[in-house]
Amino acid sequence: MLKITNLEVKVEDKQILNGIDLEVKPGEVVAIMGLNGSGKSTLAYSLAGHPKYEVMGKIEMDGENITEMSPNERAEKGLFLANQHPVAIYGLTVNSFLWQIYKKRNKEKSSILDFRKWLETQAQALDFNPELLKRGLNDGFSGGEKKKLEILQLLVFNPKYVILDEIDSGLDVDALTKIAKTMAAVAKQRQIGVLIITHYNRILKFLKADKVVVIEGGKVAKIGGPELAVEIENNGYKEEVK
Amino acid sequence: MTRFVPVKSDKVKLDDYKYGFSMPEHYVYKSEEGLNEEVVLKISQMKGEPLWMTAFRVKSYEQFLKKDMPKWGADLSTIDFNKVHYFVRASDKTEKNWEDVPKEIKETYDRLGIPEAEKKLLGGVKAQYESEVVYGSLLKRFTDMGIIFCGMDEALVKYPKIVQEYFGKLIPPGDNKFAALNSAVWSGGSFIYVPKNTKVDLPLQAYFRINTPNMGQFERTLIIVDEGASVHYVEGCTAPIYSTDSLHSAVVEIYVKKGARCRYTTIQNWSTNVYNLVTKRAKVEEEGVMEWIDGNLGSKITMKYPSVFLVGRKAHGEILSVAVAGKGQHQDAGGKCVHLAPETTSRIISKSISLHGGRASYRGLIQMNKGAKNARSKVVCDALIMDDISRSDTYPVNKVYESQTTLEHEATVSKIGEEQLFYLMSRGFEEHEAEAMIVNGFIEPISKELPMEYSVELNRLINMQMEGSVG
Repeated sequence: MLKITNLEVKVEDKQILNGIDLEVKPGEVVAIMGLNGSGKSTLAYSLAGHPKYEVMGKIEMDGENITEMSPNERAEKGLFLANQHPVAIYGLTVNSFLWQIYKKRNKEKSSILDFRKWLETQAQALDFNPELLKRGLNDGFSGGEKKKLEILQLLVFNPKYVILDEIDSGLDVDALTKIAKTMAAVAKQRQIGVLIITHYNRILKFLKADKVVVIEGGKVAKIGGPELAVEIENNGYKEEVK
Repeated sequence: MTRFVPVKSDKVKLDDYKYGFSMPEHYVYKSEEGLNEEVVLKISQMKGEPLWMTAFRVKSYEQFLKKDMPKWGADLSTIDFNKVHYFVRASDKTEKNWEDVPKEIKETYDRLGIPEAEKKLLGGVKAQYESEVVYGSLLKRFTDMGIIFCGMDEALVKYPKIVQEYFGKLIPPGDNKFAALNSAVWSGGSFIYVPKNTKVDLPLQAYFRINTPNMGQFERTLIIVDEGASVHYVEGCTAPIYSTDSLHSAVVEIYVKKGARCRYTTIQNWSTNVYNLVTKRAKVEEEGVMEWIDGNLGSKITMKYPSVFLVGRKAHGEILSVAVAGKGQHQDAGGKCVHLAPETTSRIISKSISLHGGRASYRGLIQMNKGAKNARSKVVCDALIMDDISRSDTYPVNKVYESQTTLEHEATVSKIGEEQLFYLMSRGFEEHEAEAMIVNGFIEPISKELPMEYSVELNRLINMQMEGSVG
């Protein structure tokens, strides 16, 4: 279980999160919703260990305290962040990057050729142009291509817990459906705990949330079932959080 | 920059320079410290040189005394010319089999992986230990094609006419103080001649090793690629780590004839107590192509600006250079392209990385003389600065005397981004691994031009630099 207890987060002396409690069980999908500036992305980054954030409280993964760990140590334990704005690394080819992730994450390794074959089928299943695998990481990629690559990385990484930070922003309907369906299938099959941060109910139609949590002013304002996302979409936050 | 917490010190390997070992000194001859005319004459005498070469050396020595130290670049005030051994003979002759090379010298090259590389991917090898070439080979099929690849000393004996025709003509002793010094005390280096329309399809490699402390290595390389021929020459260099400084000052002259091609690749990885002050120049005739690929990773101070003189119509020159400046290092590197004929083209790509307080400078010249109609040149100059204590400078000079020309210049300076590091680390990579990925990506436009083995070696050297960088 990914367990967050009384999480307070400051950025450059500005308090963003004011004591958040949250739990994500293996195989469970928890949706985080909230207005712009409510602290959703701060939550994502501080869980993954971004050094910009000053963190108090406790983050535990399967009983282990990861609050003080560096981003790579959290990753080693099986935590994966799909970024809202993936950065570009020039000259680092996607192929070689994914192969290095694969080598990091697997003790028993298959050959690079078998890996490449497997990767191409995964890319095709995501409608991700395999030609992009030869390019620099996110170098000149469209918004949709970047998001698909996050999911492709996730598939190679094979995490225990996933944070999807607005994976649906800037996607066309086809890409959104593809990503959501893939994620839902993988989460179920591999029993991955998913924390999905989103503004829209749209993606939750394919990636069904077990729980919907609304954040406001750095605090949990409301918790409900999947119907809460629908109500927010129809009525807005103001009505629902009252 | 914020560091990523917490760094486990036991994970960080501080072993940085793999080639820093030294062997006991067993030399046949070693000149006393310091330089005077006697030392110059003694070198010439020991080599049994023709009179013209002895005279050339003496004249060069006089010019060395007259010339001022270059003051426009790196700080050379700490060089003490009186503390240098100018000539060290480690072995009596050049061997054709590794088995015949003196044991300790052979062991050095074994540890550097040269005999192994030779078997796998090279067409010929020259190994220079201290002042002279101790081992030389060339595939029989290349010898049969009339290709010559031998030590410069051997060339002076065997091919005196060619040597006299070309030696010191492209870089005369008066060019600069260190060219004069090299011309006075030169020893070793490679001589290559590729006959007309002959393609050398495997790289020829020279490996330079300094073992003696306070040693001065002054090799001299002359390459002539005749019409329509092509060759790829690779050089590598390392030295032990001593508390005192050594001096490496080479001169390289290359003649690329009509329609010929020459690629010259250097992976310079001297230990950080070596001054590396090298003059390299190529003259390119009609439709010829010269490519300098220059990797500077080691040394205390490097000053090196490989240049191309494009003298024939449609001649092309290319300089791809990577410099990594770590703690206590100043890499002052770049390139020069001089366009002297119509439709000549050139390109310089320079990538520098500075870290741990190191300093990387790009210094370049593009010159287009009157009559170089429709000449084109492009300079791309990118610097990556890894931390707040390191420095990067750019000194580009353009001299254009012909109006119908095109000259482009692009320059970028970037700091390694926290967001990039975080992104890679959140995929499970340690900070130094993430840094190495970014740096290797940064130099990819150049490393992809190297033969596979060298590109792997370059990446490995950079990874090693990064490993030392955390903490």
